Amino acid sequence: MENELLATCLLAGRIMIEGGSEMYRVDDTMTRIAQNAGAHSARVFTTPTGLFVGVDGPAAVQIAPVAQRGIDMEKVAGVNNLSRQFAAGALTLTQLHQALEKLDAHTPFFPVWLQILAAGLCSTTLMVIFAQAYDWFDMPLAALVGAAGFAVYYKVSRLTKLQFISELLGAFAVALFAWLGVRVGIGRSLNNIIIGAVMPLVPGVAITNSIRDMLAGHLLSGMARGMEAILSACAIGAGVAIIFRFF
Amino acid sequence: MPLALQVLVQVSFSYLSTIAFAIIINVPHKALNLAGWAGAAGWLVYWGLMQLATGRMLANLLGALTIGLCGIVFSRLKKMPVIIFNIPGLVPLVPGATAYQAVRALVLGDLDEALSLTFRVAMVAGAIAVGFLLAQLVAEMTYRRPAKKLKA
Repeated sequence: MENELLATCLLAGRIMIEGGSEMYRVDDTMTRIAQNAGAHSARVFTTPTGLFVGVDGPAAVQIAPVAQRGIDMEKVAGVNNLSRQFAAGALTLTQLHQALEKLDAHTPFFPVWLQILAAGLCSTTLMVIFAQAYDWFDMPLAALVGAAGFAVYYKVSRLTKLQFISELLGAFAVALFAWLGVRVGIGRSLNNIIIGAVMPLVPGVAITNSIRDMLAGHLLSGMARGMEAILSACAIGAGVAIIFRFF
Repeated sequence: MPLALQVLVQVSFSYLSTIAFAIIINVPHKALNLAGWAGAAGWLVYWGLMQLATGRMLANLLGALTIGLCGIVFSRLKKMPVIIFNIPGLVPLVPGATAYQAVRALVLGDLDEALSLTFRVAMVAGAIAVGFLLAQLVAEMTYRRPAKKLKA
């Protein structure tokens, strides 16, 4: 009973961190699952790279490492939903564990073509918003470049576990295609196009979340996530800078 | 360009970009539309304040506060976690483009520019985070207990 409880808590926490949830929500959900299963004195300690959970009384603590972190809101929403159902008594602990395992293995995802299309739309609209120039002429190129950059990023991230490499190559593709497009004459402002087109890749949200984690008292999580965000920013900056250096 | 048209472009483009980003980070279908509106509202507040020349920090803070409040209302409506609306909603505000410009300046050897841009990233991210904390404070102050009844 205790083992299953701890394992279920850890699984829920791991899925949430992999989905990019805030730390206090991970804490909260794990504590709530434990309380609803009858362990009122559960102790939870969470970091972005590993989780600990234990209960009072028996000397039982379990840990779970978290190997990968991304942003996948479906996972966060899924765990939240299951936790609510468990709290309402619609699921038993065993059913909750099975449902979490199923969610972990098959998270529903938007089809790849739709994501690439969305990356293009995101790039072109954000370019107009950031540049504040209402430069309609650059919009088609920004959309193409953004979609192409995201496609490269997506393909490479399927091949390697090193996120740094996929971000570097994605940004490199963005800069290369943008440069070619401007050269051919279907775009004017190289700078604006690149800024728009790297937006699907840049870790702006991660930077903000890390500061928020730190302000909320999760110092360790804030530092770890901030470091991850700085590394991504460096990868993207370097990928683009290669083009500026060479041409 | 007339002001009304500018506002229309700002609202529709921030709405579209938020939804597009929400698709990239796999936000559940039924939350997409509302996440888009959270993003558009936050951007409209930020853009309006920037037009009035109130300064970048205040505009970011109030923009983030707007997104946070929208997120709280929507999350209670849809019974979903707040961040599903907050994270895509933030995308127009977030200093990702500045972070990229800072690293690019660094790699190209323009250290002064890199330093000032890095500092701006930190300040803007801080302002947004404080805006969110204020929204969370409002949420905690207005938290009604009936949600607990379901759980007992």
